[in-house]
Amino acid sequence: MSEIFSATVIIGILTSGIRLATPYLYAAIGETFSQRSGVLNLGVEGQMLLGAFVSFYVAFTTGNLWLGLLGAMIAGALMGLAMAYVTVNLQAVQGISGIGFYLFGLGMSDLLFKMLLGTVETVKGFSVAPIPVLSKIPVIGEIFFQQNIMVYIAFLLVPTAWFILNKTTLGLKIRSVGENPDAADSLGVSVAKIRYFTIILGGTLSGVAGASMSIALLNVFQQNMTSGLGFIAVALVYFGAWRAWGVLAGALLFSMVQAIQLRMQIIESISLSPDLAVMMPYILTIIVLVASVSRVRAPAALTKPFDRGD
Amino acid sequence: MRSRLNTLFDALLPVFATLAALGVGMIMLLILRVSPLEAYGALWEGAFGSTNAVAETLVKATPLLLVGLGICIAFRANVINIGGEGQMIVGGILATQIGLTFTEAPGWLIIILAMIAGFIGGAIWGGIPGILKAYFRVNEILSTVMMNAIAVQLMNYLLRGPMIDPTQLEKASKIPQTARLVESFRLLRWAPTRLHIGFVIALVLAILVYILLWRTTLGYRIRAVGQNPHASRYGGIRVRRRMVTALLLSGAFAGLAGAIQVYGVNYRMITDGSASGFTGAAGFNGIVAALFGQLHPIGTIPASIFFGALLVGANKMQRVVQIPSALITALNGLVVVFVVSSEIWRRRRQRQRLAFARAAEKDDAPPPSEINPSAEEASTS
Repeated sequence: MSEIFSATVIIGILTSGIRLATPYLYAAIGETFSQRSGVLNLGVEGQMLLGAFVSFYVAFTTGNLWLGLLGAMIAGALMGLAMAYVTVNLQAVQGISGIGFYLFGLGMSDLLFKMLLGTVETVKGFSVAPIPVLSKIPVIGEIFFQQNIMVYIAFLLVPTAWFILNKTTLGLKIRSVGENPDAADSLGVSVAKIRYFTIILGGTLSGVAGASMSIALLNVFQQNMTSGLGFIAVALVYFGAWRAWGVLAGALLFSMVQAIQLRMQIIESISLSPDLAVMMPYILTIIVLVASVSRVRAPAALTKPFDRGD
Repeated sequence: MRSRLNTLFDALLPVFATLAALGVGMIMLLILRVSPLEAYGALWEGAFGSTNAVAETLVKATPLLLVGLGICIAFRANVINIGGEGQMIVGGILATQIGLTFTEAPGWLIIILAMIAGFIGGAIWGGIPGILKAYFRVNEILSTVMMNAIAVQLMNYLLRGPMIDPTQLEKASKIPQTARLVESFRLLRWAPTRLHIGFVIALVLAILVYILLWRTTLGYRIRAVGQNPHASRYGGIRVRRRMVTALLLSGAFAGLAGAIQVYGVNYRMITDGSASGFTGAAGFNGIVAALFGQLHPIGTIPASIFFGALLVGANKMQRVVQIPSALITALNGLVVVFVVSSEIWRRRRQRQRLAFARAAEKDDAPPPSEINPSAEEASTS
């Protein structure tokens, strides 16, 4: 047991925990925006998969990671656009159409992967970019400031999202549309426009979340590589009580458990089946959902389509 | 006459939605430089081209129908069960364990016990999210998805450890699978095809679920909870309990699908590490089938055969025109999106009819009892 408590091991766990939080953060912050405007986007997983493939493929063929990232954003945004049309204009049941988009993204990414690549390839993803000065701070520097650029952006996204949602007119509009679309509408806020914006933003960020896995974290693309991560991201929004900082806390809790579990697999002295260890984050999600539900109220108009009646 | 045309139009909406999805598929095939005619031709050939093909289609349709029946119950109660995959797995595990434990018992007894075990396993896996939703207000979509992931890991753990085939332990390969079931435990099948009696069981159950939902008090209550929980509560229905019942039953049917998959098709449990390795994604595709069947147990029968055909045909298509069968997964997703999107036309027409009826009533006497508009509204939201 002494191995697990040594300083290097703990720093190692924290470092990888921060890194592993990246995809959760992108996806869950995006989902926070759409849920705050009253739309449950359950297609996150599908958007992530498509984003993961597109970014990987573009990066693999052009060798340009930024182009890959852009590709993921476009793929995610397009899926968001489709989702927005279906939920805003056609007022489809959000939970089920989301599953449809998930299946579409799952099948489509696999189809493109088999047609365009065929075999599992690797790409040289975003490498560690230590931040000058800060990375030299002992322990903290190693944990926080010796990561890749995708990690930094993910963590900067949290205060940005908080600021937009709480300190800007746009944020006020988003929240009002999610709480009381009728009132927002009567005050001249276009419910449709706001929801289009948040769903497309959510899709874009989900695409980036996928890219953060395929060209920064793992640097491969495999069929169904997200394996439920997108759904966990949706759960994190509930856990985080629809607030950016809450989402950050949830993402970190999750990624740290994952980092510990990965570390335990390496240490021989702990004989826990890896299959059972992988189960932990999911059980944790359920517990977390139970614990968080009664605390805060969801946006009042969540999952309710808005009909102007004209 | 007018109303009959309306009903017909409503019933055909999912067909239009599917045609639209296949249309998108056609465009995708053209982009991939494959002749859609050839691809869909191979699909049809693979699904219905021979006796064996038809049998395979029905074999694939069986778990879709069973899962779909459960989905009908759950969605009618307005609870969304995405946990079919996990429920199938747990049902399969329990059923397999029965067959592996009592190898000496008579076949009919074991088969019955195994089916019950599958039913119970699925019920437990569906009941947990049900209780969490009813009493702890945990979103069932999320909890069922988590339960899926937990079930997969449980299966992987059991098949690599406690339940592994003893002969595999001696080999270096250590394939994660259980021992084969004794021959007398296998479901009756129409040799030489793989079609087994599980399909007939599913058909009978479809009728029973129809009776349950529309001819019994429990079914009435389940549907009432789905239509309008508030009114149901005032009507004396215990809404929370009925939510749990709906998810429990929904899971039970998926669990049974898992048991039948083991006793009718594979004769053992084997894992490739993912859920779909065992379920063939029937837990998800069953949702597609049920939606396509308008959440009606009888409508789900042709719907599951249709999607069974798509899945079987996809394999043939993969061989003939080298289009990965993942295309069908993507198209299934589109079918779901299109079907739920097309609902808007049904709702609009419903509203028009309501307005029409009201206008007609105004001309006569004051309405004796106005058609409850809030119930109509609730059913559409």
